[in-house]
Amino acid sequence: MRQINIFKKISVITIWLWLGFFALVPNVLVMITSMLQQGDNELVRLQLTLINYFELFDTIYVRIFVHSIWLAGLCTFLCLIVGYPFAYILARTHHRYKGLLLLLVIIPFWTSSLIRSYAIVTILKAKGIINSLFIWLGIIHQPLQLLYSGSAVVVGLVYSLLPFMILPLYANIEKLDMRLIDAARDLGATKLTVFRKVILPLTMPGIIAGIMLVFLPAMSMFYIPDLLGGAKTLLVGNLIENQFLAARNWPMGSTVSIILTLLMGLMLLVYWRSSTKINKEQQELI
Amino acid sequence: MNRLSKLSYMTLIYLFFYVPIVILIVYSFNNSTYSMLWHGFTWQWYQQLIADTDLQSIAIHSLIVGILAATAATIMGTLTAVTLFRYQFYGKKLLHTLIFILIVSPDIVMGISLLILYSTMKISLGFCTLLFAHITFCIPFVAVTVYSRMTGLDKNIFEAARDLGAKDFTIFLRIIIPLLWPAIIAGWLLSFTLSLDDVIISYFVTGPDFQILPLQIFSMVRLGITPEINALCSVMFSITLLIVIVSQMMLRKKQ
Amino acid sequence: MNQNIIELCEVSKNYHDHPVLNNISFEVKNGEFLTLLGPSGCGKTTLLRLLSGFEAPSNGIIYIDGKNVAGLGPHQRQVNTVFQSYALFPHMTVFDNVAFGLRCKNLPKDEIEQHVMEALKMVKLETLIHRKPHQLSGGQQQRVAIARAVVNKPLVLLLDEPLSSLDYRLRKMMQIELKQLQTDLGITFIFVTHDQEEALSMSDRVAVMFDGKIAQIGTPREVYEEPINLDVAKFIGEVNIFETKVISANEKNLQVEIEGRQFILKNRKNFSSDQILCSLVRPEDLQVWAQSEVTDNSSMFPACVEQVIYKGSTVDLMLRLPSNKVLAATQFFNEDDEKLDFQLGESVWVNWVPGWEVILADETD
Repeated sequence: MRQINIFKKISVITIWLWLGFFALVPNVLVMITSMLQQGDNELVRLQLTLINYFELFDTIYVRIFVHSIWLAGLCTFLCLIVGYPFAYILARTHHRYKGLLLLLVIIPFWTSSLIRSYAIVTILKAKGIINSLFIWLGIIHQPLQLLYSGSAVVVGLVYSLLPFMILPLYANIEKLDMRLIDAARDLGATKLTVFRKVILPLTMPGIIAGIMLVFLPAMSMFYIPDLLGGAKTLLVGNLIENQFLAARNWPMGSTVSIILTLLMGLMLLVYWRSSTKINKEQQELI
Repeated sequence: MNRLSKLSYMTLIYLFFYVPIVILIVYSFNNSTYSMLWHGFTWQWYQQLIADTDLQSIAIHSLIVGILAATAATIMGTLTAVTLFRYQFYGKKLLHTLIFILIVSPDIVMGISLLILYSTMKISLGFCTLLFAHITFCIPFVAVTVYSRMTGLDKNIFEAARDLGAKDFTIFLRIIIPLLWPAIIAGWLLSFTLSLDDVIISYFVTGPDFQILPLQIFSMVRLGITPEINALCSVMFSITLLIVIVSQMMLRKKQ
Repeated sequence: MNQNIIELCEVSKNYHDHPVLNNISFEVKNGEFLTLLGPSGCGKTTLLRLLSGFEAPSNGIIYIDGKNVAGLGPHQRQVNTVFQSYALFPHMTVFDNVAFGLRCKNLPKDEIEQHVMEALKMVKLETLIHRKPHQLSGGQQQRVAIARAVVNKPLVLLLDEPLSSLDYRLRKMMQIELKQLQTDLGITFIFVTHDQEEALSMSDRVAVMFDGKIAQIGTPREVYEEPINLDVAKFIGEVNIFETKVISANEKNLQVEIEGRQFILKNRKNFSSDQILCSLVRPEDLQVWAQSEVTDNSSMFPACVEQVIYKGSTVDLMLRLPSNKVLAATQFFNEDDEKLDFQLGESVWVNWVPGWEVILADETD
């Protein structure tokens, strides 16, 4: 009621102080930094400008962005194509070991993707298992150059991020009322129609969540191109890392990071719209 | 799709997930420095790991940060979940959104934003900066884990407790914590793995004097692949595996 | 001691400018069993939450035991609640659940034990004190919830649809038990339900609520036999409504036309001749006669049997009048009465004992 509630006050203040200082303020600082310029002697020169945003249209940056979006998009697409049927089968199965099967997807979700990428390195490298196997089988005589290529990066990204696609999809499909599918089939819809008209629209929030959880990290996990792509493949993540730690051009790095954040904001918006739409429709039904 | 094709599809994906890891673990016992051909079983690489005093101190750093960050994040994440679930307050919607954004935002964005914060505040990078960063990125995960568990509770339980004269702190201590402890422990364990495995954020916010395991692995791999890394990665994977299994058991526990 | 344990003066409650409760005033006598009855969404649970202190009224004053309770939280009022679906603490034993309130008051240990055991004895659960709620049946959980509330010795016990999750038989049993418990404890019960049968059988008085207002408050007999308006009449039990045209009216009598026949009815509510009225007759007040039984049919309606529903102790009939109006009639079995054997399509005569009807002004338009 209207009496002073000390517990509530302390909780709210603690949370806001912490998240305000370590989450809100830093992001505001990034925004400000993106509007400064690299200084000659100090890290930044305190003078507001939008020049970094114009510089983004420089061919180098544009090329990295296009390349990043292409690689991350390909990786996201592959994850969706591979992950959707998997999540669907897993969600609909009534197998005795369903819990275990789910756990086997959750484990890679939480395991360090650095370690998992490293596992891919050991497989693909010149003296790795694939080359050794092929030479031993007599298929090839010289080791193939598998590592340090765009495809190696995509394999690494898919391997690392597939669980991030499967789990949101699984959670969404699991909630799906299976009677709807029976009803649609009963009304004479073909399997394809059921998928297109019933399953796909209702699992859209899961699909968008999965895309968000794969696409954004795919653009920013700089150590995967580092380990699997050598110096050849640069992603937005590498660009930011480079600007901050090597070129020490923090304003430019911040600007690139802002673009990444805007991309995230856009995807969040799409996600919210689709999930509130479906929730609303379902509530109206009830 | 028929049963067989479903089964083979699932098997294929699981193989994709686990074969590389299994190979990594198997070859951490291979008695050869470079070759991928099997040269016999050895504990050699693990013995080298244990003997490496540098690595020991780095592992201890990781453990300390992991335990402290997980504990602090669990306390604050639980408070966040309880606050969001039970109270109306100014900025509640913003807090909800912020938690959600923190979960989906790319690690690198948080990494550089904290780096800028520390540099603006003139805090030198090291143990503290790393710890604060880890606490921050763990809070939302605990909050979400605990919150989703709370939504399964009957809201009347809290009202009943209030009706019987319990103050909010009593409700927190005597009702919420006992009812949610599996989720809270799961939240702690997941935070611990997150902290133990984080590369990107730590990469930006730790100083040269305070190395941690994932960054050490990263730089070791960049320098070249050695069997010790296989052993180290196998150990780290096993630890994560154990923690994830325990945390999932906690989350499935029914009251 | 104050005669009225609870008084509400012009209490209103709005959520976001949307009125949920509208200008509610009533008193509850000490030791009374009052039921708030109404369809879901009528505001009865909100009213209960205002009394328990979980919500504050937007307007008006609530007195409990003569004190204005504005600003007092749930724990500062001598009122306890039995929640819908009980809200037992799932991680605590029966004993700990019941002891919770007393422990919050920091009573000494032996005193707590004594009170808890007394309360549990009263609800006959003293042997199950170490069980957890999930090891109890629905009825037992219900009793724990009651014991947990009454152990705090409240002046008023609020019960929010406490029987709604029990099956039919258990509900009947618990109704009797609750009534007995209330008599034994001698404290005031305020009971919320949407089940009119439950309300009528248990309460000293019933408050019928619609759209955030109390439509009628009175004894079960009053609200059933003298409903104040059509809403109340329709909500409490089934009722046949006859359009009633007034031909002439004086202070004593009304001359009216119903379904084409003229009747002289008592003018109890001072109706005038230009009003459109409704006559309400309960199904059990309708009498149905076979053709052969009737000699004088001047004050009867002809009807055709459309449905016969056998219900064990009664037979429910659906009868269609020549005007196409359908009536519901309930006939009770009577050992030496064989005329209850109605056939579908049979022509019958219908009437009621004059004076058993309720006449209301027609508010539908």
